[in-house]
Amino acid sequence: MLGDEYIELRKTVEAFAREVVAPVIGDYYERCEFPYDIVRKMGAMGLFGLPVPEEYGGMGGDYFALCLALEELARVDSSVAITLEAAVSLGAMPILRFGTAEQKEHWLPKLASGEMLGAFGLTEPGGGTDVPGGMRTTAVLDGGEWVIDGTKAFITNSGTDITGVVGVAAITGRNGAKPEISTILVPSGTPGFTVSKKYSKVGWSASDTRELSFSGCRVPEENLLGERGRGYAQFLQTLDEGRVAIAALSVGLAQGCVDESVRYVGERTAFGNAIGRYQAIQFKIADMEARVHTARLAYYHAAERMLAGLPFKKEAAIAKLVSSNAAMDNARDATQIFGGYGFMNEFPVGRFYRDAKILEIGEGTSEVQRMLIARELGLGA
Amino acid sequence: MNIVVCVKQVPDTATERKLRSDDKTLDRDAADGVVNELDEYAVEEALRLKEAHGGEVTVLSMGPAKATETIRKALAMGADKAVHLSDDALRGSDALSTSYALAETLKKIGFDLVILGSESTDARTGVLAAMLAERLGTPQLTLANKVEVDGSAIAIQRVTDYGYDKVEASLPAVVSVVEKINEPRYPSFKGIMAAKKKPVETLAIGDAEISADQVGLASAWSEVVDFAAAPPRAAGTVVKDEGDGGVKAAEFLASKKFV
Repeated sequence: MLGDEYIELRKTVEAFAREVVAPVIGDYYERCEFPYDIVRKMGAMGLFGLPVPEEYGGMGGDYFALCLALEELARVDSSVAITLEAAVSLGAMPILRFGTAEQKEHWLPKLASGEMLGAFGLTEPGGGTDVPGGMRTTAVLDGGEWVIDGTKAFITNSGTDITGVVGVAAITGRNGAKPEISTILVPSGTPGFTVSKKYSKVGWSASDTRELSFSGCRVPEENLLGERGRGYAQFLQTLDEGRVAIAALSVGLAQGCVDESVRYVGERTAFGNAIGRYQAIQFKIADMEARVHTARLAYYHAAERMLAGLPFKKEAAIAKLVSSNAAMDNARDATQIFGGYGFMNEFPVGRFYRDAKILEIGEGTSEVQRMLIARELGLGA
Repeated sequence: MNIVVCVKQVPDTATERKLRSDDKTLDRDAADGVVNELDEYAVEEALRLKEAHGGEVTVLSMGPAKATETIRKALAMGADKAVHLSDDALRGSDALSTSYALAETLKKIGFDLVILGSESTDARTGVLAAMLAERLGTPQLTLANKVEVDGSAIAIQRVTDYGYDKVEASLPAVVSVVEKINEPRYPSFKGIMAAKKKPVETLAIGDAEISADQVGLASAWSEVVDFAAAPPRAAGTVVKDEGDGGVKAAEFLASKKFV
C-alpha cells in the first residue's frame, strides 16, 4: 500500500495531466513544438524538484515520488513525461549525487524549480550501448580548462530556450587499454558548443531532442562532475535509477492505452452492440490490464529496493524490460481496438503508438536489460 | 490579516450523483468527495492575499468525517490551519441552518475576511455568502472576479450581466468569488507533506455553541418532498428548411421563451 502523501501526489498529477496537459498537448505534438507553458506549470507545482532536498529548492521527496508523477503524466502524454524524466534523472540527479557543494548550490535551485532544464550527453552517433567502446568525445586539460571535442546524439532537453547545462561524458585519458571517462558540466551557450536543429522523430514529438557538437569547447577545470575517471561508474548508477523512471513512464503509457480503450469500447458500436460486449475485445483489454498491472508491480518493487538501499540492478532491468514491452503491446492492441481512428494522430492512442517504440530503446535497449538480468544470474560471457 | 476560507466537500461532478431514498438528502457515500471547485478559487485568492499582505489562512469546513480529505487538500495548497465542524446533528442542514452554524463558528474563531466560492456544485443555492454576511453583521461582497485589500479597506469587481460593478467596503467582510478570479495552484509534494503536520481542530456543535434545534434535517426551512431521475434525453425535432427555416427557428426559440 502506498502512503497517503504518495496517493495525494498521484491524484494531484493525475488532475494536472487531465486538466492542463490533455486539452492542448495534441496540438504541440502535431506542430513538434516544445510545450513551454506546460513545463512552466509543472515547475510551479514542484515536479522538477520532487527528489531534490529542500535545501536546494526541491520538494524533499524521493525518486519514487518522481516515478509516480511520470506514470500519471505518461498516461496522458509521453513528451512532457520524458521532458521531466530527463531533466530530473539525467539533468539534476547526477549533480545532486556527484557534484561539489558549489555545483549543487549553483545549479540545483534552478533545475529543481523547472526554470532551467538540464541534459546529459552520453550517447554518440557511433553508439549508446557499448559506451566505452563507442565513445569518441575527448576532454583535455589545458591551462586550467577542459577542452572538449566530439559529438553527442539523441540528447533530450539539450536545445530548449531554458536549457542551462549539459553533462558531457568524455574520454579524459587512458588506463592502459581502457579509456578513462569523466563527466564535465558544460553551460549552454559556451563558445565551441553547438546545438543542432531538432531531430524529426517518430514519437515524443513535443519533446526536445538534438545532436550536440563540441569543437575546442573550453570550460573551467572545476566543471568536472565528481571524480576524474569515475564518469562511467557514475553513469551506470544514474542509468539504474533512470530505468526505474522509464519503467514508470512506460507503465503510464500502457495504462493510458487501457483507459482510452475501456472508454471507447463502451461508445463504439458494431453489429448492434457496443464493441465492449464482444469477448474478442474484452480479452484484448483484459490482457492489456494484466500487462500494465504486472509491470507496475515490477517498478514499485525495484523502486522499493532502491529507496531501501538494497541492490536493485536486476529488478530495475526487469521493470524496464517488462514495462516497455507492456507499453508496446498495449499501444498496438489499443490502436487495433480503435481501428481507423487509432491511426489518426488526433487520437491519444495514435500518439501512444508512436511514443511506445522508443521505450524499448532508450535508457538501455531491451537487449541490454536481458544482458543485465543474465549477468545478475551469474551467466557470464 | 486573518483570512478564513469556507470550503465544502461535494460529490465529484464527473460521477453519478444521487439522493438517498430514505430521507431524500444527498447520498454523500455514493460518490467520491472532492473540493467544491469554486472553493478552490477561494483558497487560491486567500493564499494570494496572504502572500501580498501577510497574515494567516484558516480553512473552515462543515461536513462529515470524510471532509478531512478536502480540508487536507486546502492545507496542501498552502493554508495554515483548519477548523472542521463535524457533528451528526448537522446532517441535512439547509442553507439557512448551514449559514447559522458557520456564522457561529466564525464568531468563535474570529476573522478579518471570509472568502468562499459563490456556489457549490451540489446544492447550487448560491446564497450562503449573503446569509453569512447578514448573520455576522458584515458587508457582503459577492461574485468577485477581483479582490483588492488596502489596510482595512476592501474593494472587489462584482461580475454582472453587463460587465462589473466596483464594490467597496471595510473589513471585516464576506467575499464570494467566481472562477474568473484566478487560476488555483496544484499542491506541491512539499505542500502535501507539510499539510499532514498542520493543525486541524475538529469541533462538535457544542464546541461552537450551536444549538441543536436550529440545525439538521428537522430544522430545515425547505423540504425535498419527492424526486425522480432525470428522464433520458428525447430525440430532437428535425425541421426541413423549405425557405422558411428562419421563421421556424424563431418560432422554436419563442416557444422556449428564448426570444
